[in-house]
Amino acid sequence: MIDLTINGRAVQFDGDPEMPLLWFLRDEAGMTGTKFGCGIAMCGACTVQVDGEPVRSCQTPVGSVTGQDITTIEAAEQDRIGAALQAAWVENQVPQCGYCQSGQIMQAMALLAETIEPTDADIDAAMSGNICRCATYSRIRAAIHRAAETLRA
Amino acid sequence: MTRHHSSTSFALSRRQLLAGIGAGSFALAVGTGGRLALAQELADKAADAASLFEPNAFIRIDTDGQVTVVSSYLEMGQGTFTGLATLAADELDADPAQVRVEAAPADASRYTNPFLASIGFAVQGTGGSSAMAGAWNQMRQAAAGARAMLLSAAARDWDVDAAELSVEAGRIRHAASGREDGFGAFVATATTLTVPRQVTVKDPSEFRLIGGHFPRVDVPAKVNGSAIYTQDIKLDNMLVAVIAHPPRLWSTVRSVDAAAALEIPGVQYVVEVPAGAAYQGGVAVLARNTWVAAQGRDALDIDWDESLGLTTSTAQIFERYRALAEQPGNVSVEKGTILDKVPEGGHVIEATFEQPFLAHAAMEPMNCVVHIREDGVEVWNGEQWHTADQGAIAAAMGIEPGQVTINQLYAGGSFGRRANPFSDYVLEALAIARAAREQGHTGPVKMVWLREDDTQALQYRPATVHKVRLVLRSDGEIGSLQWRAVGQSFFPVPEGGTDALLVEGASDFAYRTGALLVDQHLANDQRLPVQWMRSVGHTHTNVVGETIIDEAARLVGRDAYEYRYDLLSDHPRQQATLKLAADKAGWGTPLAPGADGDRRARGIAVRESFGTVVAQVAELTLHADGSYTVDRVVCAVDCGYAINPDIVKAQMEGGIGFGLSFLRQEITLEDGQIQQSNFHDYPVLRMNAMPVTEVHIVPSGEAPTGVGEPGVPPIGPAVLNALAALIGSYARTLPLGDSVSLT
Amino acid sequence: MKLLRLVAVLAVLCVIAAGGLLAWGWLAPTGPEPEPPFAGLPADMPAGMSRGEYLAKAADCVACHTAKGGEPYAGGLPFHLPFGTIYATNLTPDDETGIGALSADDFVRAVREGVGSQGHLYPAMPYTSYAKLSRDDVLVIRDFLMTLTPVHAVTPKSDLDFPFDQRWGMAFWNAAFFREERFRPDPGASQQVNRGEYLATALGHCGECHTPRNIGFAMQSRDYLAGTEVEGWKAYNTTSDTTYGVGGWTDAQLKGYLWRGHAPGRSSAAGPMAEVVEYSLQNLSESDIDALVAYMRKVEPATGEDNVAVNIDPAAVAASTPLRSGGDNPAYLRGERLFQGDCAGCHQYNGVGRQTDFAALSGSRAVNDPSGTALVQVLLNGTEITVQGRHQFMPGFARSYSNADVAAVANYVLSHFGDTEGKVDAGQVETARSGQAALR
Repeated sequence: MIDLTINGRAVQFDGDPEMPLLWFLRDEAGMTGTKFGCGIAMCGACTVQVDGEPVRSCQTPVGSVTGQDITTIEAAEQDRIGAALQAAWVENQVPQCGYCQSGQIMQAMALLAETIEPTDADIDAAMSGNICRCATYSRIRAAIHRAAETLRA
Repeated sequence: MTRHHSSTSFALSRRQLLAGIGAGSFALAVGTGGRLALAQELADKAADAASLFEPNAFIRIDTDGQVTVVSSYLEMGQGTFTGLATLAADELDADPAQVRVEAAPADASRYTNPFLASIGFAVQGTGGSSAMAGAWNQMRQAAAGARAMLLSAAARDWDVDAAELSVEAGRIRHAASGREDGFGAFVATATTLTVPRQVTVKDPSEFRLIGGHFPRVDVPAKVNGSAIYTQDIKLDNMLVAVIAHPPRLWSTVRSVDAAAALEIPGVQYVVEVPAGAAYQGGVAVLARNTWVAAQGRDALDIDWDESLGLTTSTAQIFERYRALAEQPGNVSVEKGTILDKVPEGGHVIEATFEQPFLAHAAMEPMNCVVHIREDGVEVWNGEQWHTADQGAIAAAMGIEPGQVTINQLYAGGSFGRRANPFSDYVLEALAIARAAREQGHTGPVKMVWLREDDTQALQYRPATVHKVRLVLRSDGEIGSLQWRAVGQSFFPVPEGGTDALLVEGASDFAYRTGALLVDQHLANDQRLPVQWMRSVGHTHTNVVGETIIDEAARLVGRDAYEYRYDLLSDHPRQQATLKLAADKAGWGTPLAPGADGDRRARGIAVRESFGTVVAQVAELTLHADGSYTVDRVVCAVDCGYAINPDIVKAQMEGGIGFGLSFLRQEITLEDGQIQQSNFHDYPVLRMNAMPVTEVHIVPSGEAPTGVGEPGVPPIGPAVLNALAALIGSYARTLPLGDSVSLT
Repeated sequence: MKLLRLVAVLAVLCVIAAGGLLAWGWLAPTGPEPEPPFAGLPADMPAGMSRGEYLAKAADCVACHTAKGGEPYAGGLPFHLPFGTIYATNLTPDDETGIGALSADDFVRAVREGVGSQGHLYPAMPYTSYAKLSRDDVLVIRDFLMTLTPVHAVTPKSDLDFPFDQRWGMAFWNAAFFREERFRPDPGASQQVNRGEYLATALGHCGECHTPRNIGFAMQSRDYLAGTEVEGWKAYNTTSDTTYGVGGWTDAQLKGYLWRGHAPGRSSAAGPMAEVVEYSLQNLSESDIDALVAYMRKVEPATGEDNVAVNIDPAAVAASTPLRSGGDNPAYLRGERLFQGDCAGCHQYNGVGRQTDFAALSGSRAVNDPSGTALVQVLLNGTEITVQGRHQFMPGFARSYSNADVAAVANYVLSHFGDTEGKVDAGQVETARSGQAALR
């Protein structure tokens, strides 16, 4: 039995510990906000946080994160940074198809947890692993700056 | 508010008078909160007829005053849901907050796309950047009719003259008596009225929401993970299917040893899936969990019969195309007399362009949920080709289209892929569901292509070879242009026939030309199905057209912008858009210098596609090692009346990013096998390569045209032209990669 | 270069031929078969494994005797040598194409003396190391192989240039370079070290890859385990040298690397070494891994040729966080941009790695080696390893990266994670690319 803490809730899983956290979240726990994009940690659509670090859940065995705090997009609004980012995402009308945006926001949450004064270079370094095929990148950048601004205020 | 009666009047068609929704459906419906409304909620309301005012197939209003706009189009990121909501809300004088959008069921009798019908596809579908152009009248009329009926109802309930009523933010007022109430209060009466035969829509001067900022209806759900895509559907007794396609295309299954797969806990069925005309088939593994199904798929031991398998390579395909490009083809357009000889003092450009197969690579890999029941088939899908897919499923099952219910969901991108002319992925999902049903599975089946499957399961933007010969007279005018295209068509073309989409952008070459001869060869026999991709033929023809015109300007010693402007004399919209882009980009002014060893330049390109004109100026830095970065792109767009200017801008930004990816992408085939599989070998533009973008909209009072696609075609040639300004030669083979040779 | 080397090899072979024949008499082992050095099984032998299977895994037979995608032990894997291609033989007990009809004596002879049913074997088969095996151990391995399901798989004929196609010629090579000696425990060393040596030399044949070869392609004994290039990858210095070898590694790091493919704070096994861990080392018992570690501590330090000193605390890594890169030289911006998009999602900037320990780059020799040899390989072709049932991999970028791209990423990585000025250029990448193409 695998004991997990997802968005502050204790969850148990009686299954293959090698199952990627992504598929546990989506197909077992019914939390579909975290998306499947590539399966090889190259697009970032599946990004969640594990103990505050952004992690590609498609390459993270569910058995490797027992006892760690897992945060998904579903709980982003309960986080001060997450909520600021979501508001900035709405204000800047970032999403198009929207499929990658859960991962983008989870990644950006980790960046702003590191610094609330990110430079463009910081954003490039932190966010370039997250693909947006609709290329909403300019707006993501603007929204991160905007969220950072509201967090500094 | 007083209404001007200078507005356009329309007679409502019978189609618009048809009412009713398919009860019991589980359709996508979003309010301005963007959340999914479940079937039951809709069905309950439908059941209570008096609580629902449904004057036509596009608008519903309930007693709470909630306005539901029914979208016959797919929302795949292009903003159509919001565009429709804007049109309806403005015409109704509703409050944006009371408007929600619901996806229409597949129903050809009510929702055929007027634009697609006009070009011969009488389907309900999304494509050709046509939604706003089609809805501009349709949705406004529907809303105007609903508004008129609500006013009649209010006049009756309050016993006043309808002409004394005004509407603002969803509330109807009678100034003289001070009475005021929301739409919902008049629904009961409105349902008893007949739909007016004649309605009047607003004059643009009366718009309150159109042309302003209307927040996207889908955004709230797309920032908190609650937006539902096909990938997210989970139904009772549903199994997920992951399929093993043949590594060598079109090979068939000789035998399969599924023992190891069936030993994996959770794997429930292994089914053979015979190939269809447009899909590969293979062997599918079904489980409750996607990963378990994928494990099962990987554990299959399949003996492929490769006797029917493809053995070609892209190198051979291009070799053949190059040879065909030397032979006269079937003529698409012939105007004037081609100049065989270069006039005295003139110039000639002879060039051959090669562009690869490309994959759509939407972030959500292709998938589809199918439930075969005794009485029909129900589908959950990011549905882009509604009634065509409905018809294809009905034909495959031997049932009536009406027995096929399609629940439309958000699509995580598509770029055309979800509108397959032959319903490939939908029919593959159906075939898996049928095979599973034969083995006893009665529930729904969600077919999931993993990224590798999505990359390798065909339906690419066709590879092309274009051969051009452009003769310039001594005065700089184009004497003649010969343009030969070699590629494939999306639909069968009879012997000797031509495909318009292969040469769009060539056959309507916009620059003033003495003579034009466009011909083509179609290599449709090579069993490599192709499909339209965002901007279709313009994706490749504009690389040709906009670099040769640039080269022509260079040869005759003219400025690239001014030369274009001059030769576009027959196309004032293109001229104006080009000028706006050039002005805003500071064309002709020096660029800020780059770092040591860097060289910088601008490149310009323009294209009218899908009725919309887009011009772009790219600012590029070429580094000492030959690598380059696109730093900034200034874009001007004339899409007629901009219904949602912010969405227009977003689509231009996205189009630029999409088009820049072409510089590094290709799908290749070796010995019948696709060589790319995932984002490591099929790279997509990333954040750190996205230029700063600036979008300017040409003010226009014309009817709107689409913006989903037209942002793509200019960016590639704009970059190639900027590079040529620095290195003196034009790239003619894509992908270019992220550097050029400086030796 | 290749041609020159060939001519040199030929010349050397001819010169030594005569002398070699004379020497044959006294170099061949004489006297009775020595006692096997150990009872065979470790006390903590993994459950469910026979002694023969255990030893076969320790000797890593399967890695070479299995074709890509083929049946295990059924042979067919090509070995592309400078003078042609040879193929691993079928070790399943098929009478016609495998070892079914091979007598015990013949099997032992093939393993330890390099003489098979067709005549002399080429030393791609490490009989040069297996010669140290006890007869008992070889027979136990044979017993295990005989329990396999026979696979009818004809080993492809080797395709070698003259004179290398003449198997009898190998007699001269053997005479010159092969000392057929059984393993002799060092009475002065502990039982554990002796067992480790037997595992490393006789069974694991580490030296075959990790020892530079002389002009006749034989292991150069004075540089034993000092590191060299193999199949375009680097087999690093694994002597106890504290600067260039593994002398600076902790026991836990060595053990982690050998047993699980990853040494925390140091390297992860990639490429051919990943296969060694996957097929062989991860199956060994803990006491045997400890024995290997104990033995490696005793290996004479040697500097070797292409030696790599590792900076385990590079400045740029120290200045970075998981998500933000600090202290980078702007000269490497092109590589940095590619790294940001395609690599940072797993490797991060602070050297720690994400999702898997294998993505940690700090302390890795590959990112400290200015030649970038292994780095270029891994960037082009990726790497994968399955340890304890978990598949870890990195995809290769050969199709989407130009040679200049690969060089740019490699040099950025060397600068950032190794504080080293990388020397990788597009030409080197092209060579690696075509070299790997030839190997396929």
